Amino acid sequence: MGSTLAQKVWAGHTVRRGGSGGDDLLYVDLHLLHEVNTPRAFDGLRAAGRTVRRPDLTVGTEGHNVPTISLNGLFDDPAGRRQAAQLRDNCDAFGIPVHRRGDDGHGIVHVIGPEQGLVRPGMTVVCCDSHTTTLGAFGALAFGIGTSQVEHVLATQTLWTGRPGDMAVTVTGTLPAGATAKDLVMTLIARIGTGGGQGHIIEYRGEAVDALSMEGRMTLCNMSVEAGSKAGVVGPDETTFAYLRTRPGMPEGAEWDAEVAYWKSLRTDPDAVFDREVVLDASTIRPYVSWGTNPAQSVPVDARVPGPDEFDSPEERAAAERALAYMDLRPGRRLQDVGIDTVFVGSCTNGRIEDLRAAAEVLRGRRVADGVRMLVVPGSAAMHRQAVDEGLDKVFTGAGADFRPIAGCSMCCGLNEDRMKAGQRAVSTSNRNFEGRQGKRARTHIASPAVAAASAVTGRITAPADLGDGRS
Amino acid sequence: MNPFTVHVGTALPLRRGNVDTDQIIPARFVPYFQLTGQGNGLFADWRDDPAFATNQPQFQGATILVAGNEFGTGSSRESAVWALQKAGFLVVLAPRFGDIFRENALMRGLLPVRLPALAIELLWSLTEADPTLPVTVDLETQQVRFADRTEAFEIPEAARRRLLDGTDTIGDTLRHEADITLHERARRPLLPRTRSAV
Repeated sequence: MGSTLAQKVWAGHTVRRGGSGGDDLLYVDLHLLHEVNTPRAFDGLRAAGRTVRRPDLTVGTEGHNVPTISLNGLFDDPAGRRQAAQLRDNCDAFGIPVHRRGDDGHGIVHVIGPEQGLVRPGMTVVCCDSHTTTLGAFGALAFGIGTSQVEHVLATQTLWTGRPGDMAVTVTGTLPAGATAKDLVMTLIARIGTGGGQGHIIEYRGEAVDALSMEGRMTLCNMSVEAGSKAGVVGPDETTFAYLRTRPGMPEGAEWDAEVAYWKSLRTDPDAVFDREVVLDASTIRPYVSWGTNPAQSVPVDARVPGPDEFDSPEERAAAERALAYMDLRPGRRLQDVGIDTVFVGSCTNGRIEDLRAAAEVLRGRRVADGVRMLVVPGSAAMHRQAVDEGLDKVFTGAGADFRPIAGCSMCCGLNEDRMKAGQRAVSTSNRNFEGRQGKRARTHIASPAVAAASAVTGRITAPADLGDGRS
Repeated sequence: MNPFTVHVGTALPLRRGNVDTDQIIPARFVPYFQLTGQGNGLFADWRDDPAFATNQPQFQGATILVAGNEFGTGSSRESAVWALQKAGFLVVLAPRFGDIFRENALMRGLLPVRLPALAIELLWSLTEADPTLPVTVDLETQQVRFADRTEAFEIPEAARRRLLDGTDTIGDTLRHEADITLHERARRPLLPRTRSAV
């Protein structure tokens, strides 16, 4: 019997097998750090008199707390400022490279890794952030860890972890025009639930996945964690290799060819067996939007808000009731009639160039509606530069959106000054519509960049196809 | 880490599913979190509601949190575990946990125990009727006992041993340093580095 991609990568990184009921000790090829969840890991390291085993396999970046309004923008939160300073100090003290706000290589942790050629097929990657699953797009095994595990990886470059099962998500057919990777993954989560991938690594495959760009695959793998899965992976193929070829630090000539041959060998064998399989028909996927307070509570943009009685289990019914109350929505209301006052384009889910282009394409020749604040925050300094080179900044500012010069998580996680106010309602390209995620008592509808931009134009939840010809 | 063997305490019923870590501790409290001293962002936005379980006098002093499905999904913030511990919780019982939360809890000695949904429902009803009901969580026999019920639970053996012994996991791992070095020497030479080798 053959092996899956995940099984191959796992086996190739097992330093010690756990035996029955035990975790395996995995070697970590790349350890990414950010400012929020790491200070205590370094404190622990110091208290025990330990050092960082492989600073050359570790890199830090400040993304969560940093103001994105300007290079010298002030932290509105002294604790956030302290954490950013702590990351710099800790990395400097232990010889770990760190990207500071304003550096060429600065950005959201999951955006800069691939840009800098640090994430390649077959690697193991961990970071103190649940959306590390993003990096599985490269055929790497990448997942989030907590602060104690960060300390463990810093000290040992390894991690004890239980071997998850293998789940295939096969997406047949072709995505229709207007449907994106975001809509695909939201459709999946709505179908399998927030625990649907629990205990598994999801491998995304099939014609529609093969057709996705690396940016699209990153969006897809990013939200694997919202389905509860340990990680998401896509088998490395020509799209992967073409992306990597343009990255810094790649081998050349015969060495490149040897790497590509190795990467190809990692693909799931035809006779490999998955523990579970879910099949989606891409041709049925439409622009999606969330109505509730977890990512599984999502429907197509042209649908109506569901009622609690439409759910099977008492638990889901109770969750729907709570969500409707929090979101101030009535069952049966058309989502397209729901007014919004805030639009956020950015985050590790949808803060890359393809996402910025998609939002700009909708906005070109149109204006953000009166009373709507639209915030566009690039995922990295490189994304910002590229957006400016392509003139997207002018499209955003010309339409009345606030295009930020500094990269960061900003409104996705409510840790910098871009928090929403109580009662405000956003369409957001981020990953979580949890209660209070973007600000206390603020309401979040997650969607793709194109839906976010179209909603900014109308001031209601809107799919781009419904905008009509009203470009100036 | 303090060893965990057997704990007898009272339970706090949290009749909610999908309690993500943004609810356990909202983001704005995370950079401020301190292990000691005043202040704890635990369930901060839900605690505004006087009817919320943690505000009920009869549940003060509870050490066992009984929650619905998918407890601790979402963000990897370990401060979710720290906040629960700071509030005095030693155990969380739920049908299922978010992966990263469960691993964080195991690393910090907050015991995450999976129980069937029916057992959780029963515990909710029993503790609401009698908040003083003693609940025993026995890691040695892998049982939760309350009223006349005994519920067995599973936990990875390696994690169980570490919790029972209160082991320093890093120290334990470093006993295998020779294996780590061996693996390191056999790594593919062209794997990327973030800086020149040390």
